[in-house]
Amino acid sequence: MTILDSILVALTALRSNLLRSILTTLGIVIGVASVIILVAVGNGAAGEVNKQISALGTNMLVVFPDAMRVMGRSSAAGTALPLSESDLVALRDKIPGVIGVSGQIDESAPVVRGNLNWTTAVSGVHPDYTMVRDWPVAEGREINAQDVQMAARVALIGPTVAKQLFPGENPVGAEIRIKNVPFQIVGLLSVKGQSAMGRDQDDVMLIPITTARNRVVGKSDVQVDQVGRIYLKLDEQTDMKTAQEDIETLLRQRRKSGPNSEDTFSVRNLAEFMRARTEVLSTMSYLLGATSAISLIVGGIGIMNIMLVSVTERTREIGLRMAVGGRKRDIMRQFLVEAVTLCLFGGLIGVALGIGIASLIAYFASWPVDVSVSVIGLAMGAAAITGIVFGFFPARRAAGLNPIDALRSE
Amino acid sequence: MTAVAKTGSEQGSAIIQARGVVKLYTIGDQELRALDGVSLEIEAGDFVAIMGASGSGKSTMMNLIGGLDTPTSGSLLIDGRDISKLDADELADLRNRAIGFVFQQFNLLPRTPAFRQVMLPLLYAHPRPEDMEAEARRRLDQVGLGNRMEHLPRQLSGGQQQRVAIARALVNNPKILLADEPTGALDSRTSEEIMRLFSELNAQGITVVIVTHEPDIAAWARRRITFRDGQIISDERQSSRVREAAQ
Repeated sequence: MTILDSILVALTALRSNLLRSILTTLGIVIGVASVIILVAVGNGAAGEVNKQISALGTNMLVVFPDAMRVMGRSSAAGTALPLSESDLVALRDKIPGVIGVSGQIDESAPVVRGNLNWTTAVSGVHPDYTMVRDWPVAEGREINAQDVQMAARVALIGPTVAKQLFPGENPVGAEIRIKNVPFQIVGLLSVKGQSAMGRDQDDVMLIPITTARNRVVGKSDVQVDQVGRIYLKLDEQTDMKTAQEDIETLLRQRRKSGPNSEDTFSVRNLAEFMRARTEVLSTMSYLLGATSAISLIVGGIGIMNIMLVSVTERTREIGLRMAVGGRKRDIMRQFLVEAVTLCLFGGLIGVALGIGIASLIAYFASWPVDVSVSVIGLAMGAAAITGIVFGFFPARRAAGLNPIDALRSE
Repeated sequence: MTAVAKTGSEQGSAIIQARGVVKLYTIGDQELRALDGVSLEIEAGDFVAIMGASGSGKSTMMNLIGGLDTPTSGSLLIDGRDISKLDADELADLRNRAIGFVFQQFNLLPRTPAFRQVMLPLLYAHPRPEDMEAEARRRLDQVGLGNRMEHLPRQLSGGQQQRVAIARALVNNPKILLADEPTGALDSRTSEEIMRLFSELNAQGITVVIVTHEPDIAAWARRRITFRDGQIISDERQSSRVREAAQ
């Protein structure tokens, strides 16, 4: 018997019990489908996370003012000790390796152009902001030091806002009103895309931080020299960990907090934070991986079970094959081929199902998926190995039959 | 009318040669002596019926002749090879090359067309013949089923199924056709057709050994060997008159 003959015999046997064959392979179908989904979604997500990490800005640290803690509990948001311009200056001058620094105050505000209006996040920032965030303007100019000093009514417009207020037009040079204050648009920001949380980062207006304090953010909400959070960009040679510790030490000194008291600020490396999220994602991948491994094992046991049934049902056939000259290894191979064929059949269905579900995820969750040929190969390989492993015992039992007893059975 | 067969008759050299063959089975702690020192020679080209009640040892003898089992002691030469000295693979090859099996229950594969049934032994041959399908179709033609090549077993009558089985037994050009109660599942008219086919094949030179408990069937053979309690109790040549009467 050649392999081809064995495959033909296997197909005949499987077709004659079609429903049984399909039900038997369900475990393999699920196992293979989850392998496909796992890798497709995992790869897509990893690519997306990398994109987001670079979108955050490289070599960047953020200092947040934290709510004060009383007895280990956070107090209300308003109790946070704000960061001030003098903090920002101190950070810029005293931390080695800082090449850019900017505050950011946020306010949600309606932006009006003629009869069009759009509510967006208006952020007051320093001139370094676009450099620190690796977020250059696509057209026009940046906010400069003079703008900040003069509290000029100039704005950079995010692509999403531009699309809403200036459909098909170039917004640079145009005038808009933010909270009824007229602003001149001096630049159009480049496209940054979605954040890790799915927020549209392009739905934004940037204005000088001084202007924001004076004109946009409610007076009662902001102190005169408040800067919100502070973004710092460090040069390539600076170790992020050291810089983070330096910043913490400096701010503690400035706030005169003792070594054991709780900090009223926090310094975060957002890229690290993103990487931590990636690790969560990879933990989930392990879980999904375990799921597919378990389904393949359970599916394999199903295969083994049905192959044992098949050996029993076809004992006479086995006897006949031996009587007409089939050797042990011919019988063995035939049942192994049958088990593998069954698994590959389930594998094919699983691949189709997996690609289908991955595409649905891609479509509805707008989550990128990446189905590669190597993944399909991997999944089919896993199915084939399952067939060999779990087909081995039934095949050996078939090959070990005594031809006389086998012929006489029934 | 009958004569005790002599070894080394006009048919030529012995194709089956048993000397003091003993076969023991152990069932629990009981030892069963299925064959108790059987010596026997069957000439090439002969037509032999092996008779006996159940438990007489005739089935055991058939299994040994067919190379499905090996003797506990004694020697058994099939086509010149001592089967007690062969391993499992060599026995399989001997069965494939030298023996054609015909069973009471036909033992056809379900859902398999006739010509594929007949091809089966060729698939296990070493080396494999060139055009297996043509050979299978030729054999089906030979047993009178030229117009039933693609039929499935369930589309064939009992007699036709047994013909397919006989074509399958013939396809490897075996020296011995070994039939175990080949008419046991057939009516008397069909049985006669099948026995006539065996006679024709025997006339073409193939050695035919039929195991049966029916005297009517045994009457077709030239030689009748009867077993009881694991031993041969009679071994007779039947005259052509008896055989013609049976036909």
